Amino acid sequence: MSAEAVVEVRGLVKRFGDLEVLKGIDLKVREGETVVLLGVSGSGKSTLLRCINFMETPTEGRVFESGKLVGTEKNGRMVYRERELCALRTRIGMVFQHFNLFPHMTALQNVMEGQTTVLRESREAAEKNAIEQLRRVGLEDKAFEYPARLSGGQKQRVAIARALSMNPRVMLFDEVTSALDPELVGEVLKAIRQLADEGMTMIIVTHELGFAYHVADRVLFLDGGEIIEQGPPAEILVKPETRRAKEFLEGHSLFKLPD
Amino acid sequence: MHQWDFSPVFSNLDFLLLGLYHTFLVTALALSFGIPIGLALALCRLSRFRLVSGVATFIIEFFRTTPPLVQLFWFFFALPILIDVRMTPFVASVATFSIQSSAFFAEIFRGGINSIERGQWEAAKAIGMSYRQSLRRIILPQAVKRMIPAFLERSIELLKTTTLISTVSYADLMFQANELAQKTFRPLEVYTVVALMYFFLIFGFSYASIHVERFLAKSGESTMR
Ligand SMILES: Nc1ncnc2c1ncn2[C@@H]1O[C@H](COP(=O)(O)OP(=O)(O)OP(=O)(O)O)[C@@H](O)[C@H]1O
Ligand SMILES: [Mg+2]
Repeated sequence: MSAEAVVEVRGLVKRFGDLEVLKGIDLKVREGETVVLLGVSGSGKSTLLRCINFMETPTEGRVFESGKLVGTEKNGRMVYRERELCALRTRIGMVFQHFNLFPHMTALQNVMEGQTTVLRESREAAEKNAIEQLRRVGLEDKAFEYPARLSGGQKQRVAIARALSMNPRVMLFDEVTSALDPELVGEVLKAIRQLADEGMTMIIVTHELGFAYHVADRVLFLDGGEIIEQGPPAEILVKPETRRAKEFLEGHSLFKLPD
Repeated sequence: MHQWDFSPVFSNLDFLLLGLYHTFLVTALALSFGIPIGLALALCRLSRFRLVSGVATFIIEFFRTTPPLVQLFWFFFALPILIDVRMTPFVASVATFSIQSSAFFAEIFRGGINSIERGQWEAAKAIGMSYRQSLRRIILPQAVKRMIPAFLERSIELLKTTTLISTVSYADLMFQANELAQKTFRPLEVYTVVALMYFFLIFGFSYASIHVERFLAKSGESTMR
């Protein structure tokens, strides 16, 4: 496996007013690696993901993408230009808990939109790729449906296809199955797992511990804005060292390790 | 008992129709300036920059709360004292109602834009869209659809308010009606016909708009989730 870090975060601090949500995170995600972020509600998981693609601006610290520092340093402070961030976001795909599909566009148009508007690709090329991405998530037959006529699981898979259509180097998933009916969770997890198998680099926030166990190369345990434990899933999920991690895992009583 | 006699009205119908045309013209021009200015004001008011949003808020609230007749007189009688331009009644009317209606359209735009869930902005941003791209491709198409009923109502309101321009002697329908009523000594018939003209114009307009709305509701799986 290549040793290059697709995403690297150094000393990341994020404050909202007086509230310090991230307290100095260091994280390196290698090419092809799947990292799962665990932690109780409010521990800063979403904020960490959102700082990586600059949906939130870090208060302190540095973010590197494929070895390149994001932003420029001026007088010891980081300055971020909107153009640079927009370009960065095309290389970092993000999928949300609530899908956020564009309701006035068909599934196909949703997946074409970034390619035509942001990447300025031709309609033909965009459409060809969009169909390919929809096929990847098993939805090519829903290409001409509007989101309102799709199930939650289908919507989320279209959202994944939309992110993939930009050909990102890394994908961020923020609790993408939390808003789904239980019977629809599987199809979405399957799509993500397939991406992992294809070698996509991913950072995943999830409460599906069974899924985490299977898909993760590394599990990070976030608590109070700090990474308090990390390692391979078979260690972190089976015999966690910290009390907080133990409590968290015990709270997920549904989690049964497969034999 | 009044003896109804419409013949003086009908023999001067072209006179009234010219007024109707002028009313329509001022309304259409006020709309075509007022809507884009309204959008610009709305975006300024939504701006993160305090100064920009403060100025926009002031302009919007000022023109929403002062009576349109005062605004019209100010543009027509007062402004020429300040700067050396003599406005024709036509220009003063179009200017007044463009700005006045833009203040109302700004609030409709702002309401429409605010009604779009934050997740839409986020999704657009996450695929690399700039603020402008997000607005143009994702937010406005959805917002405008939700705004259409308010837009139509406001346009009708505007059309009615343009009757004020007769006071600066612009030959709109109301002005022509006043002239004709004095000339023919038939105010009852004249104003009856004029009222009906406004009625059919506006009724036709809102009737058509109901169909537009229905059509959009059908075509758009899209409006709501
Ligand atoms: N925009 C914001 N402004 C102020 N506070 C915020 C903002 N976003 C998040 N926070 C706060 O930061 C803390 C961490 O939030 P975050 O969403 O990152 O947690 P999380 O681990 O994703 O939780 P959950 O599992 O509930 O999604 C919370 O206390 C939250 O209230
Ligand atoms: Mg979260």
